[in-house]
Amino acid sequence: MNAPTKPIEAFLDREYPAGFVTALEADALPKGLSEDVIRRISEKKGEPEWLLEWRLESYRRWLTMTPPGWAQVSFPPIDYQDIVYYSAPRRKADAPKSLDEVDPELLRTYEKLGVPLHERARLAGVAVDAVFDSVSVATTFKKQLGEHGIVFCSFSEAVKEHPELVRQYLGTVVPQGDNFYAALNSAVFSDGSFVYIPKGVRCPMDLSTYFRINARDTGQFERTLIIADEGATVSYLEGCTAPMRDENQLHAAVVELVALEGAHIKYSTVQNWYPGDKDGKGGIYNFVTKRGDCRGARSHISWTQVETGSAITWKYPSVLLRGDDSVGEFYSVALTNHRQQADTGSKMIHFGRNTKSTIISKGISAGHGSNTFRGLVKVTPKALGARNYTQCDSLLIGGQCAAHTFPTIEVRHPSARVEHEATTSRIGEDQLFYAMQRGLTAEDAVSMIVSGFCKEVFKELPMEFAVEAQKLLGVSLEGSVG
Amino acid sequence: MLDIRNLHASVDGKPILRGLDLHVGTGEVHAIMGPNGSGKSTLAQVLAGRDSFTVDDGSVSWDGVDLLAMPTEERARAGLFLAFQYPVEIPGVSNAYFLKAAVNAVRRHRGEPEYDAMDFLKRVKAEMKAVDMREEFLYRSVNEGFSGGEKKRNEVLQMALLEPRLAVLDETDSGLDIDALRTVADGVNRLRSPERSMIVITHYQRLLDYIVPDQVHVLSHGRIVRSGGRELAHELEERGYGWIDEAQATLAQGAAS
Ligand SMILES: Nc1ncnc2c1ncn2[C@@H]1O[C@H](COP(=O)(O)OP(=O)(O)OP(=O)(O)O)[C@@H](O)[C@H]1O
Ligand SMILES: [Mg+2]
Repeated sequence: MNAPTKPIEAFLDREYPAGFVTALEADALPKGLSEDVIRRISEKKGEPEWLLEWRLESYRRWLTMTPPGWAQVSFPPIDYQDIVYYSAPRRKADAPKSLDEVDPELLRTYEKLGVPLHERARLAGVAVDAVFDSVSVATTFKKQLGEHGIVFCSFSEAVKEHPELVRQYLGTVVPQGDNFYAALNSAVFSDGSFVYIPKGVRCPMDLSTYFRINARDTGQFERTLIIADEGATVSYLEGCTAPMRDENQLHAAVVELVALEGAHIKYSTVQNWYPGDKDGKGGIYNFVTKRGDCRGARSHISWTQVETGSAITWKYPSVLLRGDDSVGEFYSVALTNHRQQADTGSKMIHFGRNTKSTIISKGISAGHGSNTFRGLVKVTPKALGARNYTQCDSLLIGGQCAAHTFPTIEVRHPSARVEHEATTSRIGEDQLFYAMQRGLTAEDAVSMIVSGFCKEVFKELPMEFAVEAQKLLGVSLEGSVG
Repeated sequence: MLDIRNLHASVDGKPILRGLDLHVGTGEVHAIMGPNGSGKSTLAQVLAGRDSFTVDDGSVSWDGVDLLAMPTEERARAGLFLAFQYPVEIPGVSNAYFLKAAVNAVRRHRGEPEYDAMDFLKRVKAEMKAVDMREEFLYRSVNEGFSGGEKKRNEVLQMALLEPRLAVLDETDSGLDIDALRTVADGVNRLRSPERSMIVITHYQRLLDYIVPDQVHVLSHGRIVRSGGRELAHELEERGYGWIDEAQATLAQGAAS
């Protein structure tokens, strides 16, 4: 009954649909990392001196560090001199001022990915900041956002236009030397998104960024910084895909969120970086540091992620609950298939009084996939009345996959209430037979069960994204009558 | 017309059905009785296409079509319905969603327009009333935490919604209280029609008071060993299965000498 049945295998063997390469000329630096390379990155981007210094300082820190060895993943050592640290699509001297100026080949790429900028912008009212390799190529709806005083642009642009904001907040949530990959990112980050929502402003639309790794041997090191000032509200969507290649590509991003008093940030990710082929060849190494800082009282940060991609995922979106009565949330679906490895989870660090956090993690393992959940809930001595609820469920499809759960709880205040629940289930042949006897295909049946399993997380996603997540998991979302 | 000839089926190399013959005419209701472990559920699941059973020999023709060559879900869409002896729980999937997906899969196959949410709700609520199920069962996960009787009613509900051409009910009466038994029997009788065939597997002749079969068969050791009218059910109720096995043994001896 636990043997993987034929229909399950067929379902799991589908090909990666976003694995095409776009033919574009690139302006790239040669492979390798040194102070000189960092100077050239900074120069190409026309950065101020303080930022170059910040990068160099990070680089020097990084040189003294070693990669973390504790994660439940295995891969051959990465040769950091064999990576290209800067690659930008070559184009007319000036950056495009509107979508019409964007290389049509590039736009077609996004369309293939299901992100038609025009459509999205017009119909859905979503502002899209598209990051292609290292440079942001199109920003829509900027004007409309500008009217509210909202800044939504590429990181490089923010450095030019709003240096004081960048300087004030950069590295304040994820310090330069936080961990090996964060230090590397701080040294070489190429581009990313920047968001600032002024006091009391509720961002009138979801902000969305699509990242895509295109060029060969390119490491992508985005840096995202989102600041919600007092009483501000924003929902930010991040989607990722990468083409199919035999080599492994490194992706080491840093995302920093700052929520001031009464601010609310919702950060949603649908990630399907190329996971490698059936035998584990190729694929993205996704080593990401994402952290939110509930800096003000009653602030609220919520992470929602649907992870279906990457050969290896190493990622723990976290929240520092500093402000009294602040709230941190983490909702995650992570699917590993074939030889994929995911070591993911969340950290909730309670500093303020009456702070609350929730962790809902749904791990789906199939094929030879390995899925590890790592949770840390820490209640510091001052966090009177802190509360956490953690729920961690695993769904196994077939007999060769694995799921591991490592919850860590450190409580230093007697008034804290911390609850942890965990379940493991398996899609059984009997369930598939039952559904097929009612006229559903095995694929529909698996989708339905997976979708049911993920329901609690999907309902946290913005509607648009939920549809996308559903497509990604190959699931049909439980709908109108459910 | 369902025509099963010399059907042999096994699981993990262990033979269970050993040369089974059965003919069910269109519009007929046949009851199958027989001791525990004789192969009744196996027959039902082989007909429905469960691939953990291997068909080693024989044929099944359904209105002239080779049933055994059809994929499981195709059989279902073409109108074969199995009410499970042990309905399966599917946590996280709401009953309403499951039922709607199933009904629409079948309607698509028949070239009928799919139900939208409104039409479906109207239809399903009417059918639920008929089998005396409360609406809350729509919003619970498929069979999860249902009592034994509730699961059986849910099977009858699905049968009513899917309007099969051939329904196989595997002990749908087991574990039901008297009122539920009547409800389930009513559900079955409502579906009785000249176009529809039914195979009703049961241990109790009591059910056959409500669902009057055209024929009764006894399945033993993987074969139909006796067939007759409904009086056979009464006879079994009185005498058990022992006398049939003895009769079989005598027959076998006769054949051997
Ligand atoms: N998956 C399986 N693995 C091993 N043996 C099986 C399997 N499925 C069925 N059997 C065996 O096949 C035989 C017939 O089982 P089946 O369920 O068809 O009996 P049944 O006539 O429906 O019995 P009951 O009246 O108890 O429901 C039994 O001996 C059973 O143990
Ligand atoms: Mg049985």
